[in-house]
Amino acid sequence: MHNNRITAIIADDEAPARSRLKTLLEDIGNVDVVGEAKNGKEALLLAEQHHAQLLLLDIRMPQMDGIEAAEHAQKLDSPPAIIFTTAYDAYALKAFDLNAVDYLLKPIRLERLNTAISKAHALLPKQLEAIKSLQHKRTHFSVNERNRILLVPLDEVIYLRAELKYITVKTAAREYLIEDSLTHLEEELAGDFIRIHRNCLVAKNYIAGLEKQHGETHEAQWLLLLKNQDEKLAVSRRQIQAIKDLKF
Amino acid sequence: MPSIKQIANNSISTEGNHANLMAIALRNANKLPDFRNLGVCVRTLVIVNFCVLIAAILQGNSWVSILNNLTELSAWAQPVLLISIILLYVLQPWLNKLAYRLGAVAVIALVLIVTYACNDLIDLLINAEPNPFKIRPYVFALTLAALVLYYFNLRYRALTPAIAEARLQALQARIRPHFLFNCINGVISVVRNNPKLAETALEDMADLFRVLMADNRDLVPLAKEIALSRQYLALEKMRLDERLQITWQVENMPPDALMPPLVLQPLLENAVYHGIEPLPEGGEITIKIHTLRHEVHFILTNPYLSSSQHSGNKMALMNIRERLALHFDVEAQLTTRAENNLYEVHIVIPYKKHNHG
Repeated sequence: MHNNRITAIIADDEAPARSRLKTLLEDIGNVDVVGEAKNGKEALLLAEQHHAQLLLLDIRMPQMDGIEAAEHAQKLDSPPAIIFTTAYDAYALKAFDLNAVDYLLKPIRLERLNTAISKAHALLPKQLEAIKSLQHKRTHFSVNERNRILLVPLDEVIYLRAELKYITVKTAAREYLIEDSLTHLEEELAGDFIRIHRNCLVAKNYIAGLEKQHGETHEAQWLLLLKNQDEKLAVSRRQIQAIKDLKF
Repeated sequence: MPSIKQIANNSISTEGNHANLMAIALRNANKLPDFRNLGVCVRTLVIVNFCVLIAAILQGNSWVSILNNLTELSAWAQPVLLISIILLYVLQPWLNKLAYRLGAVAVIALVLIVTYACNDLIDLLINAEPNPFKIRPYVFALTLAALVLYYFNLRYRALTPAIAEARLQALQARIRPHFLFNCINGVISVVRNNPKLAETALEDMADLFRVLMADNRDLVPLAKEIALSRQYLALEKMRLDERLQITWQVENMPPDALMPPLVLQPLLENAVYHGIEPLPEGGEITIKIHTLRHEVHFILTNPYLSSSQHSGNKMALMNIRERLALHFDVEAQLTTRAENNLYEVHIVIPYKKHNHG
């Protein structure tokens, strides 16, 4: 990777695992551990703060797992190199092997760690795609704004609306723009979000009710009422029944 | 990643284990039923009454005569049946010590003696003139007793390989590979800074795996299962530290109660994996064990996230349910519920002590 020193962040929810990795990195010598995180979210914030060059991410962590953290990390201005660590995760490892994603099996051996660090690099688009398929359900959306990563917790999102090339992520506080496909998000977030229109997914938790609006010239139009929001959203005729079935 | 050689070794040892278990199962292929088991009693009642009904139908040529036959047959069959079941219940420990053939003969003899006693009694009560032709009840009693014993023997034979099979499944599904590697990783990470903790952890691991790899067909005292569970939790505690809180409420537990091994431990493993690990701040696992009217109750609770119930949990529960049923039939229960962000597993088993062969 580099001949000079490497700044690294360790992320693992288990303290012994973190201290072990730290000890090994000290043994290697040219790596400076600039931060230790207990979950993916902390790792991202530390990576941004310290401009870390390397993230060592445990796959299974509470709040935000390593795979989701790796995805968000690609939005940093200079995406860090990523090495996943795991004790046992046959499913993920198969995908990693197929796409040459770097990973280390715990307990980690010094020489393997050394090799992995020397060839570690940021995720390539193809690898990112492969990792996406492993993700269960995101916990956050990430947006790069003025060279900073903003993390938007999923449970704060009221609706997602497709607009030309972008998707508007609406929270009570403000709106964000992300690049993604609504169809893909509908699939991923099924259960928490429902499609109310060709271009809009709404969080079930924020739905307050339905309102019928009688137009003078054309037929009646249904509008979706949102909790603590003045905005009303148009509901397409074919989605009405599915929304009524929710019994809010 | 395991090498091919490792995989081959695994499968060989599994096969060997399997064959071994089957051999044990076949050696004990004949066994008298446990006459103190509720399931055995209920099945006996159902079989005998069903045969009485069939006999009544075969003998009768009208609804009225069928009903008459049924009343007549029941009048002497029911007392014989009930008294036999009670006597077998009382004599169960003694019968259990006999070889199968001798035991079967003893059971049939007992039923015939009861038939004789009941017949004379009924004759005395109903009929002043004893019926001179009395071979019918004896043939009926003999046939039914033999039939019931044969049924239970067949059932036992059918289920014995299943016990071995269930055990084998238990072995394979028991410890998640995830846990094994986490443990080793845990020990490695403390070995430099805290050699003493590493030592204890390895001892716990050795004990745990000794039980996991043993022949677990026999019931074990509750105290043993508790000890194992504590060792398991100590290992998890090393990994999760203050994130894992454990409360034991076992002051009123019967340490001598017998239970299938590895019932509590896998449930605790599930509780840690699905309940504690997904929580950044961790949570509490509560274990309550007490006796109530000759039953032992186990109540395990852990925090619950609606999104974290994996199929792995269902598999472990199914496996435990199956093994409880094999050992206790209908007398054991396993129920689960999830509410108020808590997941609860409730197990009831009959309170059995180690008092017979």
